[in-house]
Amino acid sequence: MKITRAEVEHVARLARLELTDAELDTFTGQMDGILAYVEKLNALDTEGIVPTSHAVPMENAFRADEPTGSIGVENALANAPQRAESFFRVPKVIE
Amino acid sequence: MKYQVVIGLEVHTQLTTNTKIFCGCSTKFGSEPNSQTCPVCLGFPGALPVLNRQVVEYAIRAGLATNCSITQRNVFARKNYFYPDLPKGYQISQFDLPICQHGHLDIEVEGETKRIGITRIHMEEDAGKLVHADIQGVGDDSCVDLNRACTPLLEIVSEPDMRSPDEAIAYLKKLHQIVMYLGICDGNLEEGSFRCDANVSLMPVGSTVFGTRAELKNINSFKFIKQAIEYEIERQAEILDDGGKVIQETRLFDPNTGTTRSMRGKEEAHDYRYFPDPDLVPVLIPDQWIEDVRSELPELPEAKRARYVAELGLPEYDAEVLVSSRELAQYYEETVALFPQAKIVSNWVMGEVARALNEDNNRSITDCPVTPALLADLLKLMEKGTISGKIAKTVFDEMYKTGKAPEKIVEEKGLVQVSDTGAIEAMVDEVLNANPGQVEQYRGGKETVFGFFVGQVMRASKGKANPAVVNELLLKKLKA
Repeated sequence: MKITRAEVEHVARLARLELTDAELDTFTGQMDGILAYVEKLNALDTEGIVPTSHAVPMENAFRADEPTGSIGVENALANAPQRAESFFRVPKVIE
Repeated sequence: MKYQVVIGLEVHTQLTTNTKIFCGCSTKFGSEPNSQTCPVCLGFPGALPVLNRQVVEYAIRAGLATNCSITQRNVFARKNYFYPDLPKGYQISQFDLPICQHGHLDIEVEGETKRIGITRIHMEEDAGKLVHADIQGVGDDSCVDLNRACTPLLEIVSEPDMRSPDEAIAYLKKLHQIVMYLGICDGNLEEGSFRCDANVSLMPVGSTVFGTRAELKNINSFKFIKQAIEYEIERQAEILDDGGKVIQETRLFDPNTGTTRSMRGKEEAHDYRYFPDPDLVPVLIPDQWIEDVRSELPELPEAKRARYVAELGLPEYDAEVLVSSRELAQYYEETVALFPQAKIVSNWVMGEVARALNEDNNRSITDCPVTPALLADLLKLMEKGTISGKIAKTVFDEMYKTGKAPEKIVEEKGLVQVSDTGAIEAMVDEVLNANPGQVEQYRGGKETVFGFFVGQVMRASKGKANPAVVNELLLKKLKA
């Protein structure tokens, strides 16, 4: 086994996903299969090779520090499920 | 048992760029909530972040000023967690390749110099702000303002090298001074431009194995940092003395009570699942860029202080005070350039200038009505003997109020110092004649009365008599 049911449960919780027992079984099996497949890469000798962070051979895409304008409060809040004056309104966060 | 405290600090400095780190929205403080937002900083699907070059420049500056090595291949990473002030569900930060590493700062505590290691400095975006505003009908709900979301931060992480709250404060003040000198942060603690989290743990004195640490958050003044650490030392010592175990957790400082309280278990929240952000390409920093930034670094406070002592002959104390801010040092240097008597200028800047600004609602030195040129003119008048030191202070106050040139004030108010021996002699005679009793005492050996005569003559002259001439004439007459 590359991944345990408990690990899948943990990852689901981090992603705020609520899974049924049946789903947990299914996903554990599928993720195990994926990890086993990807593990084939371990057969390669990667000694001295810089880890690939990006697939595109490109670097240094900058913008100048100049304001380009914002979309305005009304546009920003247009899709908000709930608002209060100019704020997004959300359920209380417990700390 | 006796414990040794071990402190490491994480400082978030908000950079003074015009725009956010990955979009062109303004970073201005205090605007209408959510008025400075766009698809990028609101985390709309499909929006593409593009890096603000100025942020990289500022980060290099910070790194060079804190003796770090600059990482030449930088990658941004996603730090994944859920919170309502973080619209994308991840914060763009740096993980295994921070832009600066392995630096240090030297601090001074009780006359001893100590080196504090800087582990890393990395670039990241800030989150928005959760506001519990007094808005009708909102009840217990929270309100979210995303104007701050995506503003650029540098997180500066120290080694756990500090061994007392005073060392922590000294390190923070030094760092604060440096980022302000570099012009990369406005240093405003209250507005959250310079925020500090403290990692605090205890170990038995003599031990080399660190204990379990608590992370203290929400500390927005130097005073509170000291309070929070002191409280935490007491709290942990009590737990350990009772045979208990300190839990690794985040604790929130409450400025009202001076205590810290548990915020949330961090074990799971710490699982951030960092991975390279595919939306942002790597940042390569060639040697030339680093050298360009290095050559443009301003003189830093430490070097400035040493120069004031060595070249200008100022006492350590004066030098320390004058370099406390870049603006104050600049004011001082501009004045000295025009009136090259370092110590006299220092006395005036630390004395009259500081006092006047202080009494004027802590007005900024950059906004001082008595400019370096005007102050230098005033000191020249004093040096030439046109006015006495006492009158100079009166003139200064008038200059501060009106912004007028000192010559003009002296002329308008008739404040020119009287050095004319004849005129002063008449006043001296008058004072001696009016106070025969004191003259008797003086001649009988009570020489302390002399000061009384000087005071009377100065008063008679409305402070304009040249004190040296007054002294001389008084002595001559009294000894006669």
